[in-house]
Amino acid sequence: MNMIPPFDVVTFITAPWAEAWESSLWIVVMGFLVNAACGLVGSFLVLRRMALVGDAISHSVLPGIAVAFLLSTSRSSGLMVVGAVGAGLFAVWLIEFIHRNTRVKPDAALGVTFTTLFSIGVILIALYADQVDLDLECVLYGEIGFVYFADSFALLGMEVPIPVLRMAVTLFGLLILVLLFYKEALVTSFDPVLATSVGISARWMHYGLMLSLSVVIVFSFESVGAILVIAMLILPSVTGSLLSDRLAHILMMSGAFSALYALAGLHLATWLNCSPAGAMVVAGFLIFCLAWIFSPRRGLLAQIRKGRGSFTPDVSGKLNPGLGIKN
Amino acid sequence: MHPNYPCRGLGLALVAGLLLLAAGDLSAAKIGDLSDTRFWDQLVRFFSLRDPSLRYTLTASLFLGTCCGLLGSFIVVRKLSLMGDTLSHAVLPGVALGFLWTMTKNPWAIFVGATIAGLLGTVVVHWIHTTTHIKEDSAMGLVLSGFYALGICLFTMIQQLPTGNKAGLDKFMFGQAAALSAEDLWMIGIITILSLIAIVLFYKEFLVTSFDFGFAHALGLSARFFHYLIMLLLALSVVIALQAVGVVLVSALLITPAATAFLLTDRMHRMLIYASLFGMGAGVAGAFFSYLGNNLPTGPFIIVAASTLFALALFFSNRYGIIPRWIRNLSRDRRIQVENTLKAVYHVREENAFSHDGIPVKALGDRRNLSPSEVEKEIRQLVRRGLATLEQGEPEPPPSPERKLFLTASGWETACRIVRNHRLWELYLTESVRYRPDHVHDDAEEIEHLLGEDTVRQLERRLNYPTRDPHGKLIPSLRDLSQTPFAGRSG
Repeated sequence: MNMIPPFDVVTFITAPWAEAWESSLWIVVMGFLVNAACGLVGSFLVLRRMALVGDAISHSVLPGIAVAFLLSTSRSSGLMVVGAVGAGLFAVWLIEFIHRNTRVKPDAALGVTFTTLFSIGVILIALYADQVDLDLECVLYGEIGFVYFADSFALLGMEVPIPVLRMAVTLFGLLILVLLFYKEALVTSFDPVLATSVGISARWMHYGLMLSLSVVIVFSFESVGAILVIAMLILPSVTGSLLSDRLAHILMMSGAFSALYALAGLHLATWLNCSPAGAMVVAGFLIFCLAWIFSPRRGLLAQIRKGRGSFTPDVSGKLNPGLGIKN
Repeated sequence: MHPNYPCRGLGLALVAGLLLLAAGDLSAAKIGDLSDTRFWDQLVRFFSLRDPSLRYTLTASLFLGTCCGLLGSFIVVRKLSLMGDTLSHAVLPGVALGFLWTMTKNPWAIFVGATIAGLLGTVVVHWIHTTTHIKEDSAMGLVLSGFYALGICLFTMIQQLPTGNKAGLDKFMFGQAAALSAEDLWMIGIITILSLIAIVLFYKEFLVTSFDFGFAHALGLSARFFHYLIMLLLALSVVIALQAVGVVLVSALLITPAATAFLLTDRMHRMLIYASLFGMGAGVAGAFFSYLGNNLPTGPFIIVAASTLFALALFFSNRYGIIPRWIRNLSRDRRIQVENTLKAVYHVREENAFSHDGIPVKALGDRRNLSPSEVEKEIRQLVRRGLATLEQGEPEPPPSPERKLFLTASGWETACRIVRNHRLWELYLTESVRYRPDHVHDDAEEIEHLLGEDTVRQLERRLNYPTRDPHGKLIPSLRDLSQTPFAGRSG
């Protein structure tokens, strides 16, 4: 196939920086910020077995964004954030509502809810294409490649694109929140009963997490779209958890992984001439596969060496994705 | 195997009908090149079915609705709904590779590529789940987004190619039923009929493996074989539905009609039939709205139609819907309230050794700890149901709290029944279950409203027709009822 360009190590490394290095720089910075912010929130989601709630919210914010566009017709408005966060939280509420009040299982409730909201969003965008400044390609794989061409803001003598600035502020805010509430988030994730008995409200931590999740997803949406953001929520912390048991270590590692994904993704995308956001996730998935195979304690190779390599696929079909809701 | 399952006859009828439809429509053309967008014209054209191409789209919708509804039912009852979501995103790189294989939009190449990618996705989820500590939800999320990202990379690469037929591949994202070709329709028909035949042939096996894995194993069924058969059929149905519904939303076509059917029935064969009917309905409605809007993506419209049906079932399903259940709960709560009031009347009369017929309204309020206005409300309920009558006191408000309340015959009987249930249950708990007498009241307070006559007869027999409860009080029995100084005034 002639669509894969010849591979040359020197070109692979230098290509993104040879020309248009500023654009490359901002793509990497944005990629890092998105990955790091998603990874930070995602770690707690993965711990609570709520990874697919991230999936649900990332699809559900779409109608919120579309409605905000219809109401305000400008992209950088706070209304967009309000609409999207509102739609995300509405989705969480709706899933719990369906699950609590009927016999529909949580997984089906989740599947029905987010596909419905996403469909409404797509219909709105398709119907009002002239008013909604958001095309369906952006929904599918984001516009991180064009982040350099967004409006910019002069900061310390540099022209910083506004999406990057926004993402940086979000990440910073999240870091502060995690530092402030680390103990509470940890306890409520592992043992909600203990948390309640020592006076930490598991309920409020849950809603807090959902709120920060919605905010992070909304800001990441333009860059990476509705579906790739799920990878960015899950990949860093899951890869980290193959290598360490300590949440603090996992969080720090997911920061490092984020930088790695962004950089590797950019080089991959430049080489193959494909979507940078997609390439970042592919790079992340490859790194996950490496960790899965080679992790010193939990990797496949380590298991084979210890003689536990024979695995029998569990076909009982008892997959049980948690939703943070008691069954 | 098993004769006369109602689903079997219906299933065969469905096969026959679909075959007829397919035979009639394969010569049709496309509706993609429609130019007039006037609403009423479109409406008339849709319902007259004059457009041969529209029949074409509708046939595809009916097939897809059947296929996805049937297979979706199995994943919904097995709590595997999100496996459908994983599968549908995981097929994307296969679609791209299938395209690259022939460099045209050859449906068969895309079909093979997508099926392999989808199956690989489900296998990887199982591998991650079984070889690491990573939970199922994370594993599904990883595979879903990882495979999808690979697909996106391939798609964006294809778009750069000089031969890259961008418009053709975009249809796979959000679906465009109008773009279906004759070959696509053939494929949809074949897979649907294959799935139908598989389900009709192996209905019992699928049922057992879905609900009781261990039991299936004990019967000597290869549960693993049937699991993978379902997964294979699921992957195939996702792939054929891609063009009409799109990668992102195809899982909803599996989940939503099945979840709707799940709200309406407890029987699997009925659920299968309902789900395929809802799937068909959603498909037709989606095609209709997409047709009105002239080439809007079909997928979202189909899903919104399916979700509308789901919402209707969610609220109005007679069995599990929110509103009927709410009404049932409300009337049950009211009945319990009334029964508690009657019981209080009994207690007041018991304190007076059943000497007076009527009891003062005030005594009832004191007994139940209610304010005068609440007591008045309770009494109005009793009177309205013909369970009690009220002494006609002076009409001026506020009504005097010294008025007397009389139970009617049926009211008195209900009161005795509730008290008897309560005391029998207390006795049962102390005698047979060895609860302490001071621990039994709360439990009896709940159950007294729920015990049926048969249970009560059994309790009486078992406790040897007792007359006294653990606290030494009289247990009113039906025999006593006629002998106790019953003096309720009727009417």
